[in-house]
Amino acid sequence: MSLTDLSIAEAKKGLKENKFSAKELVSACLKQIKKTEPKVNAYITVCQEKTLKQAQAKDKLIKKDKEVFQKKPLLGIPIALKDIYSTKQIKTTAGSKVLENYIPVYDATVVKKLKKAGAIIIGKTNLDAWAHGASGENSQFGPTHNPWDLKKVPGGSSSGSAAAVAARTCLAAGGTDTGGSIRYPAGFCNLVGLKPTYGRVSRYGIIAMASSLDSIGHLTKTVQDSALVLSVTAGKDNQDGTTSPKKVTDYLENIDKLDLKKIKIGIPKEYFTTGIKKEVKELVEKAVRFFQKKGVRIKKVSLPHTEYAIAAYYIIQPAEVSSNLARYDGIRFGFKRKKFADEAKRRIMLGTYTLSAGYYQAYYLKAMKIRSLISNDFRKAFQEVDLLLTPTSPTPPFDLGEKAGDPLSMYLCDIFMSPASLAGLPALAVPCGFTASNLPVGMQLIAPQFSEDLLFKIGHFYQKSTDWHKKKPVIIK
Amino acid sequence: MAKKKLSPEEVKHIAKLACLKLTKEEIKKFQQQLSQVLDYMEKLKEVETKKIPPTSQVTGLKNIFKKDKVKKNKCLTEKQALSAAKEKHQGYFKVESLFE
Repeated sequence: MSLTDLSIAEAKKGLKENKFSAKELVSACLKQIKKTEPKVNAYITVCQEKTLKQAQAKDKLIKKDKEVFQKKPLLGIPIALKDIYSTKQIKTTAGSKVLENYIPVYDATVVKKLKKAGAIIIGKTNLDAWAHGASGENSQFGPTHNPWDLKKVPGGSSSGSAAAVAARTCLAAGGTDTGGSIRYPAGFCNLVGLKPTYGRVSRYGIIAMASSLDSIGHLTKTVQDSALVLSVTAGKDNQDGTTSPKKVTDYLENIDKLDLKKIKIGIPKEYFTTGIKKEVKELVEKAVRFFQKKGVRIKKVSLPHTEYAIAAYYIIQPAEVSSNLARYDGIRFGFKRKKFADEAKRRIMLGTYTLSAGYYQAYYLKAMKIRSLISNDFRKAFQEVDLLLTPTSPTPPFDLGEKAGDPLSMYLCDIFMSPASLAGLPALAVPCGFTASNLPVGMQLIAPQFSEDLLFKIGHFYQKSTDWHKKKPVIIK
Repeated sequence: MAKKKLSPEEVKHIAKLACLKLTKEEIKKFQQQLSQVLDYMEKLKEVETKKIPPTSQVTGLKNIFKKDKVKKNKCLTEKQALSAAKEKHQGYFKVESLFE
């Protein structure tokens, strides 16, 4: 077993027990990057020299004091960040040629927190430009390939972050999820992907896409690691007025405390009908039966406005995009607006249109009302059940190029993703099996706002009894 | 064929509002693609929403204030602020002239 196969929890144990050094761990990741990058294209920037030096400094800290991990829970852990996180002195492109030469002069709050916790930023990952997309193909730095099948998309928009963890080039990766951009690629790459409650993690310094929806989360191999990373990144930030003052719990401490007999899981019927592939449905239903056998009560529920979520999402989100991307003028940094590629142009124009005089009521106001109805659907469901279980997507990973020319079909990928985004709910993607052609399938757990602890408990329980998440893609075996 | 149809003039107008320059081919392509997406949105008309209040944000928070005080550690130096500018002049950003 290679060092890069370790979970964060395992790597921490190894570092503590002197089985290997942070430098060896980082070197193993860099070596793996060299091996897989020509095929996968998960990174836009790799921080080669900086990371090795940092690792040596971390090793000194570990040598001096074994208890240092209590204060620095990610000490020496190589983490990659979606190239939409502002990183001081490290180029940050948002996957767009508009920012091809942009070097931020400050760190995003999340980056600061990760660094303070001892994490080593090993590189910046590829993405659909400005996080617009579900496949990674909208990157202006070339598409990312799915390590499970190089002809397939890894899912997007956190395409590089997902592929980087799946290809074992880092131990975890930061992503952003506005309408599914963490959960969807997690499902396609056999990973755990967390979209936290809106407002749980600071957006300060994350290049904005749609400000009322952007959630800052991460991709990991295990649910346990996901809980650990959120314990570091979550919390109120005075630089982001939408962050919640609610106390951050230690998500790891109680992750094993779960009375399954008290839990009721809801299965929303709307997520098991239209266009869902048989293999996906069967694997997710198998996960439902797993919980049932363990004593969890299962209840069918209905979220009647699910079918309107994509239409509402594709009004609200481009409206906010058109406003956020208005700041790129090529004067203070970056290049001029002619460098925007097709998808950014489409969204800017869609948003400009739906917000323009005479159309606001028919589109934007209408969509905001639908958003209320979608939130109400969840509120009602959570009066009957503790959480919901759904597939992450109706299909397994699709071919590169398959949907690239058809924006609407690409938008519809997020059909199981956008409802939780509109309602600001936390959701966790967890691997739940493979198709006959060895492609990963994921399930999604959705809980009430600020119930990340419940998602972690349920997901961790599932991973203790299953080994889907331990499977490795063929290209790295 | 899309029912909701944008005209080439409308596409040009939207692009102008958003400061985007489009080629003839782009106008044609976006006209077709945006019409298709807008047509899909017509679906929302099926839902009666007269009495439903709109949701503009989901935090449950309101009136978040902070002290109107300069935080020295959050300030950029002139050098930092100008570090990524393509053109500068005596400590200022240089822009194209707006008036003839």
